[in-house]
Amino acid sequence: MEILIVLGLPLLGALLLALFGARRFAAELNAGMSFATLVAAAFLVLRVLRHGSLLALHEQFFVDSFNVFLVALTAFVGFTTALFSRPYMRIEEQRGRLSPQRLRLYHSMYQLFMAAMFLALLTNNMGLLWVAMEAATLSTVLLVSLYRTRASLEAAWKYFILCGVGIAQALFGTILLYFAAERVLGREGMTALLWTHLNAVKGQLEPRVLGLAFVFLLVGYGTKVGLAPLHNWLPDAHAEGPTPVSAVLSGLLLNVALYAVIRCKVLVEGSIGSYLPGRMLMTFGLLSAVVGAFFLWRQRDIKRLFAYSSIEHMGIITFAFGIGGPIANFAALLHMTVHSLTKSSIFFTAGHASQTAHTQQMDGIRGLAGISPTIGWGLMLGSLAILGMPPFGVFASEFLILTTAMREHPWTTPFLLVALGVAFAAIFRKVQPMVFGESDAPPLPHSPALVPVFIHLAMVLTLGIYMPFALAEWFRAAARLIG
Amino acid sequence: MPHSPHWIVPSLNLLASLLLLISFAMLSRRRTQRLITLFAWQGAILFTSTCLVAYSSGHKELYYSAALTLMLKVIALPWILHRLIRRLGAQWDSELLVNIPTTMLVGLVLVIFAFGLAQPISLMATTITRNTIGIALAVIFLAFLMMITRRKAITQVIGFLAMENGLFFAATSATYGMPMVIELGIALDLLVGFFILGIFFFQIREQFDSLDLRHLEALKEE
Repeated sequence: MEILIVLGLPLLGALLLALFGARRFAAELNAGMSFATLVAAAFLVLRVLRHGSLLALHEQFFVDSFNVFLVALTAFVGFTTALFSRPYMRIEEQRGRLSPQRLRLYHSMYQLFMAAMFLALLTNNMGLLWVAMEAATLSTVLLVSLYRTRASLEAAWKYFILCGVGIAQALFGTILLYFAAERVLGREGMTALLWTHLNAVKGQLEPRVLGLAFVFLLVGYGTKVGLAPLHNWLPDAHAEGPTPVSAVLSGLLLNVALYAVIRCKVLVEGSIGSYLPGRMLMTFGLLSAVVGAFFLWRQRDIKRLFAYSSIEHMGIITFAFGIGGPIANFAALLHMTVHSLTKSSIFFTAGHASQTAHTQQMDGIRGLAGISPTIGWGLMLGSLAILGMPPFGVFASEFLILTTAMREHPWTTPFLLVALGVAFAAIFRKVQPMVFGESDAPPLPHSPALVPVFIHLAMVLTLGIYMPFALAEWFRAAARLIG
Repeated sequence: MPHSPHWIVPSLNLLASLLLLISFAMLSRRRTQRLITLFAWQGAILFTSTCLVAYSSGHKELYYSAALTLMLKVIALPWILHRLIRRLGAQWDSELLVNIPTTMLVGLVLVIFAFGLAQPISLMATTITRNTIGIALAVIFLAFLMMITRRKAITQVIGFLAMENGLFFAATSATYGMPMVIELGIALDLLVGFFILGIFFFQIREQFDSLDLRHLEALKEE
């Protein structure tokens, strides 16, 4: 029941906003629907915590501690982003960059995108997972090109084609998976694509077919995670789309895509009984971390900078999942959480910062702390958090990942350290003059919604200092599930 | 298997080879309208082969997906595409990134690679169409090649759709098709994606006065 509400509310929101999205109260309606979804997700979490994992609707939906935690995270960041987008989009509208009609498209698609992500997270059916991932791409393509500028059209086209091709590979992988499963589970009752059934018989699935399937699935969903060398769409889409969209793409969509990869990895690892899938994840992850970090140096656009930082962090998370085992998985889940909270809060401040300076070019953004202390300090603290400074939560998860890597795969440590060091130097050097320094730009016409920023950062800080027992237990259960 | 007349398997193999032939023809064509016609033919072959598989294997639900193919890929999409290029005046794909003979050679290598990759799967399959899995994979790769070597937005989209054809063919020949819900979901995604692309064409043309993707190369790392 809760599952249907979590899925239904954003759909209802999309419908309502398609009708009223151009009105004055649309932004409030958007935030309200997101809040309702968050409440529903909270009930779902409570239920899973109390009764353990559950199956619903002829086993088509499945909730365990792994995905319910992502559902909660998605609902939460979805809500805070809706709060942030209210003043942000108003300013954009005032400056004539968006018309009410565009805002209607934006609001409606925002809700549809949330619905697609929830479907991807909650479904038990690997085919439906694919359909939902594709739907999530489709609903954001028009959001990336919302400003209809040349650059945004190019970014959206690239996003569409690259992710379209990627997702086609994932479909072939899904077909292969079905092909292997059908021989064990049969065609009747449609169980051959249900993850729970596949997981139960994964030892009997034909290893060679599953190995091949995993290559296609990893390349396909990996494109959406933004793993190098398939990451080309990511910086463009993040930089050219409206900032709330960058925040949810970076904070949520990448996580959901990685979730799909991990679900597949569990099956394949069980079938072929070797570490090969884990090794592949480690390689892709390490490569993305290093490539992302080095590209940070060359960025001039503030949103591109943090887009590359997302590539780096998704690489680190993928790498940790690749190591596997309870500790690395725990660290990866923690890093997923703190990265998505921190990165979305950075995009919130970066969005307001570029509105204040009327440019996304970092050379033009100066002296934020003087114009608006909340924006300036928000950006500074967010950057420190994402760079893994103690006592923020990112430090805890990165430390765990690094020590586990040192113990189990010592050869990877230098690469990780280089990636972290280069990223630190690059981001710190660029953020520092933006926050301090001189400027005479006037403050923003609407007071920026920076409450979400500080809530996110406070949560990241809390996770770094003290992890609540229930949450740690929850992560541990999820880490065990992934194996 | 309920009833499988002896002519079914040879004719399915024939259809599969035709599919591969069309993929090569698509690589060599430069007129966009020809490409659309070829794409429609691909759809027609898919429709026929799905019907044959449905008849011989007794899986009734395959008739539905065959009907879906007929409506979507043989009638609706080609018709919309024809109208689109007439309205946009984009009949020619003037420039190729790689010349046609080279493309053909690369295509040949891809086909061999596809057959090698599909070999273990074909050996394990129990369907009567198992020999054609390699061809399905080859169609996917060739469509991919077409997307890489062409510059016009519309041509890339046709390549994308042809790739989907290959995937559909792979699903039918390896497993007698995916469950109906999934097929419907895929078809819905395809349709929505196509409409978004249609919107896109107009946006791109409004901004750039052309559908040539050369204009879409401003976003690069400096």
